Amino acid sequence: MEQAEAASSSRKLALPVWRPGLKTKRYLFIYSCLLIPLLFFVIVRVLPILYSFHVSFRQWDLLSQTKPFVGLSNYAAIFQDEVFVQTIWNTLIYVVAGVPGQLAAGLAVALLLQRIVRFRSFFRTIYFIPYITSVVAVSWVFRWILMKNGVANGLLLELGFSAQPFLYSPSQAVYWIIIAVIWQNIGFQMLVFLAGLENIPRLYYDAASIDGAGRWRKFIHITLPLLNPVLLFSVVIASIGFLQTFTQVLNMTGGGPLNSTNSIVLYIYNRAFKSFEMGQASAATVVLFLLILTLTILQLKVLNRKVEH
Amino acid sequence: MRRRSLYTLMTTLLLGAVMLAGCGGANGGGNKSDSSGPVNSSAEGKSNTSASTEQPKEVAIEYWQYEFPAKVELINELIKQFEQEHPHIKVKQTNFPYDQYNQKVATLIPAGKGPDVINLYYGWLPKYVSSGYLQPLPESEFPAADIEEHFFPFVETARLGGKYYALPTGVRTLGLYYNKDLFTKAGLDPAKPPATWEELVEYAKELTETDSKGQFVIEGFAWEPGSQLHHWFRDGLLYQAGGQDTSEDRKRILWNESPAGLEAFKYLIDFAKEHKVGINGFYTDDANAFKTGHAAINVDGSYRLGSLRKDAPDLNYAIAPLPAYKNKSTQASFWANAIPSTVKDEKLAAATEFLKFLTSKDVQEQWVDKIGELPAQKEVALQDKYIQDEFLGAFIKQLPDGRAHFFIDETQERTLFIEAVDQVLLTNVPIEKAFADLVAKTQKLYDDYWSKQGS
Repeated sequence: MEQAEAASSSRKLALPVWRPGLKTKRYLFIYSCLLIPLLFFVIVRVLPILYSFHVSFRQWDLLSQTKPFVGLSNYAAIFQDEVFVQTIWNTLIYVVAGVPGQLAAGLAVALLLQRIVRFRSFFRTIYFIPYITSVVAVSWVFRWILMKNGVANGLLLELGFSAQPFLYSPSQAVYWIIIAVIWQNIGFQMLVFLAGLENIPRLYYDAASIDGAGRWRKFIHITLPLLNPVLLFSVVIASIGFLQTFTQVLNMTGGGPLNSTNSIVLYIYNRAFKSFEMGQASAATVVLFLLILTLTILQLKVLNRKVEH
Repeated sequence: MRRRSLYTLMTTLLLGAVMLAGCGGANGGGNKSDSSGPVNSSAEGKSNTSASTEQPKEVAIEYWQYEFPAKVELINELIKQFEQEHPHIKVKQTNFPYDQYNQKVATLIPAGKGPDVINLYYGWLPKYVSSGYLQPLPESEFPAADIEEHFFPFVETARLGGKYYALPTGVRTLGLYYNKDLFTKAGLDPAKPPATWEELVEYAKELTETDSKGQFVIEGFAWEPGSQLHHWFRDGLLYQAGGQDTSEDRKRILWNESPAGLEAFKYLIDFAKEHKVGINGFYTDDANAFKTGHAAINVDGSYRLGSLRKDAPDLNYAIAPLPAYKNKSTQASFWANAIPSTVKDEKLAAATEFLKFLTSKDVQEQWVDKIGELPAQKEVALQDKYIQDEFLGAFIKQLPDGRAHFFIDETQERTLFIEAVDQVLLTNVPIEKAFADLVAKTQKLYDDYWSKQGS
């Protein structure tokens, strides 16, 4: 059966040219090679995704052999759980505050770097280093800096301000985590914007200068519109990143204080591997999936307008 | 030619993957491999257990525990000893990182791979038992009456639905670590650690040191609710104040049945709120603060001895039993060995032998010497050489007063406790309300668990 299938598939594909020339052979080879990652992708990504959809309708404690069908009760359970509802709000805070923050920081660094000629690659490297540093290590460094008797509070007290609770404050903690994430992603964001800036022809700026446009107007009317494709890409990627905030939260606050930093992914992790509620965890995964899907489609629709030059 | 072989390769790969996934499920259950060749090892004597009168066959069993170098090493050593006594049994040890232990166990079940004896944290037992993963220990080899006679009372937490599912080799208790140098510096006698609730507060106040800006330099009492203090509350303070943790059938939380619960909760919070002798997040956590000499007193477990010895060899500290109030009590916890329900026949017999060996007195002595975990059997633990031990003594002495809370879900129960404390500390919720919420939410976890047991 295995051979029969193999034979039939090869015959079908070989049909247009019975005796394929060198060119066809080459294409077939290329496509075959491209198929391997695709297969891999299907096995490690698509199948598990489908499986988690399946599990979300079942009661499963990770260890038992049976997974009785329970309909929508897992979804009902998580939406009745005030912690889950709060993680949705928190996750939206991560996106709403984090994405613009990350983009602004990345763009600022990129614009500055574009202006200098000397030491450019040196600075580029410096800014990129955090991005390739272990997230766990960075989280712990931030935790040490921000602990009650840490460097940050030492500095504040030195300057005559009062000590701050930072990660121990339900109102501040979430923003400190966002800052940690942004700090780490600046390098990546900067690189994307630098590439985008390189693609804007100098001609436009020169023409604008002749017309008497100042720096700000050039930025608003030339740089930003022409960066649109890069911006769109960045917004989508950054949003997905912030929607999946996890490692920093786990290491810096564990979701506290009072769940103020708890994210959907951390909730999923805790439900699945601490409470062994795979059904509820899968249901939360599906909710996150839908959230990411909706937000991404929305962003593509809103931001992907044709720019008139 | 090349094209065809490539496609064949692809298809084979895909089919192979699908088949592998399919096989895993079918293979489940105790795979009795190599049970064909009986080996004449009965001449060696031994292992004429009541179950098998025929010649013992060669059996291979697998032991799973988490990755902790000292434990892994000792188990390897113990396996050698065991195999000498039982030549027909071969034991293989497998380890997983602590963080991924449950995941690994769970993901290997559908693949039909599993241990014959597994080491589990006692707090996970309710989940493991309710999922049907474990079988009760054979009553003939481990009679409940025997266990209760020889082991410390808190080991009863491993008894579910009237049956024992697991037995520990070593156990741990909480004690009061204190920094002798800081005691001397504050004018206190390091030979007289605080023994009562009141003394603990007094000492902590004496020991606390703040700078001109009101910031802690030295914490009198390390205060980290998420570390050990939530255990201290449930199994220590609560009973010390005359309260009780759960009902006999473990279905109801009894924290607010008497005023003792609230009194204990308030006592714990007041270290930070009223007395201001410690705060969470100081040097990131209590263990770090104590280790670096920035906390004078800390409630911590016997398992901290190892890392203190390694990371802070110069720290001049001692350990006292937890301060008492109306009663004495401390938290006890343990990792216990259990047998999965898929293990049958000769493997079960071998697993039982190995489990008996692991919980034997001799092994418990080796365990305390090498690992530093306390012996689970009264007879072994309460020997003079251990009670007099400079470091283990305080922990051992408390063993008879040890209690192990029946955890439905340790992570969630811990989170609820931290939340209640945070509410009082950060959002000024009245302590009575925060406590009532904590009890109600914890009770809900119990109700959910027990309602699933019924179905």
